[in-house]
Amino acid sequence: MSIAIADPKMPDSKLMASSSSARSLFRHTFALTHRSVVGRLRQPAVLAPAFIFPLFFAALGSASFNKLAGDPYFTANIAKSFMNYAVAGAVLQGVLFGSTSAAGDLATDIEQGFFERLLASPISRTAIVLGRLVGSMVVAVVQVMIFLIIFLVAGARVESGPIGYLGLIGGGALLALAMSALMAGLAIKSGSPEVVQGAFPLVFVLMFLSSAFFPRHYMKGWYRTVADWNPMSHIVEGMQGFMNHDLSASQFAKSWLLPLVIAIISIAFALRALNNRLAAS
Amino acid sequence: MSDITVKQPMNVRTISDGARPMEVVAILVKRSMIRVRRMPSAFIPSLIMPVFQLIAFSGAFGFAVTSLGIKNALDWYVPLNAMQGASFGALGVSFGLINDMQTGFFDRILMAPAQRWVTVISSLVAAVVRCFVPITFVVIVGYIGGMNTPGGPMAIVCVAIASVATAIVAAGFAIGLTFRMRNLGAATLTQFAIFFTIFLSTSQVPLSAMSGWLRGVARINPMTNILRFARQGFLGDVTWEQSWGGLIAMGALLILTFIYAMTGIKKFDQ
Repeated sequence: MSIAIADPKMPDSKLMASSSSARSLFRHTFALTHRSVVGRLRQPAVLAPAFIFPLFFAALGSASFNKLAGDPYFTANIAKSFMNYAVAGAVLQGVLFGSTSAAGDLATDIEQGFFERLLASPISRTAIVLGRLVGSMVVAVVQVMIFLIIFLVAGARVESGPIGYLGLIGGGALLALAMSALMAGLAIKSGSPEVVQGAFPLVFVLMFLSSAFFPRHYMKGWYRTVADWNPMSHIVEGMQGFMNHDLSASQFAKSWLLPLVIAIISIAFALRALNNRLAAS
Repeated sequence: MSDITVKQPMNVRTISDGARPMEVVAILVKRSMIRVRRMPSAFIPSLIMPVFQLIAFSGAFGFAVTSLGIKNALDWYVPLNAMQGASFGALGVSFGLINDMQTGFFDRILMAPAQRWVTVISSLVAAVVRCFVPITFVVIVGYIGGMNTPGGPMAIVCVAIASVATAIVAAGFAIGLTFRMRNLGAATLTQFAIFFTIFLSTSQVPLSAMSGWLRGVARINPMTNILRFARQGFLGDVTWEQSWGGLIAMGALLILTFIYAMTGIKKFDQ
């Protein structure tokens, strides 16, 4: 029986090794994504608020502020109805709620020792983080699709056409990636679900101090200044663009590029937190 | 044989006398306040959230309210957030009750020679004491923000009455549910119930600005009458026309939730 030992100096074996490690990263990420999604589905009580509250607030806003649609500026520049305006806010809110609870699951894994078992197993370290993040994206895609179906049945219209649907779904997925990476970084750094849940009010504040629930045009004073500087305002306005205007590059720049930049920074933060945890242990 | 008479000291009561109800209430309320002092992290969110919501609502939805002729958005949202803060602050008694049930302390209270209604009343009084902190906080922030009170001091009195009543109703419902469910789900369900009841009323805009299903729901929601009672001094004079609906709604809800809490403790006993 002969045993073939690859020579590490050989360029072909290097190529094979890197392709094999990429394949195992993919396999591990896929398996952990599956676990993350199944874990979320098995906790309907945790997942429900991410559906109930955004839909409730959108319905409430539509019924409370629909007379605003009588304002010529609103109909000409913002949306034809308040419901069409509220869809993007609901997507943003749902994705933020969902991403926080996903990071909470990661913190629970750390607290209960499952994370240590993953570290001890022959699994790519990056896949441990990526699995959670991709899991959040999958849930966000499903969530945005469900929201769109409900709003379309209720009378909302996507003015930018079929690509607008993809724009909204992609924007929701990228926002989920950005926020869950940020929260995952916090979860890995602290190892405590309470810290992740404790950070949620900050997300809540960011959401309220933006144009998610009401147009910036009608805000005044310091509140308007904060909303102008808040990246959430620009992300949600990109999504509102898909709902209410013809397709344009600025909609993708706001709702895709901006979350992508935040996602890159947040993933770097999460991986650094993971390295620090590994070094400490 | 000589009779031996043992004289009972004046300040000692026998078990058959039972404890004086008001003393027991005072002690249990004091205990609830000590819990607030020792676990501020459980109480602080109910203090911060109404103030944040006051700022967020008046900043974000200010145009929707001021375009209807209301001078300052704070005039519309201060009563709402005072009532909301009061009810969430009062819910702490439900969390305390669950904790007592889980640690077994509540069984000891039941074994004590105190009547059952005293246990319910002490929780409701504790809820009233707790709710004054968020009410005060919200009103102070409102004054700093420049809210108007054309109704004079009666404006604050009306907000205080409405907020205290809402807090008692929230606490009564939460206690009744806690006696039935005996777990944290009771407090969570009560939070949901309060949240939806308040928001499905004239919480954000007046009835005249609403459309569709919300208008119909808000019209029959008793919280709309209570909010009208609470807001009247901020939007004009305090009048009987603006008050009677709210007073009836508060009275009816107080009676119903007290009955619900009392039947809850009876079920718990059984």
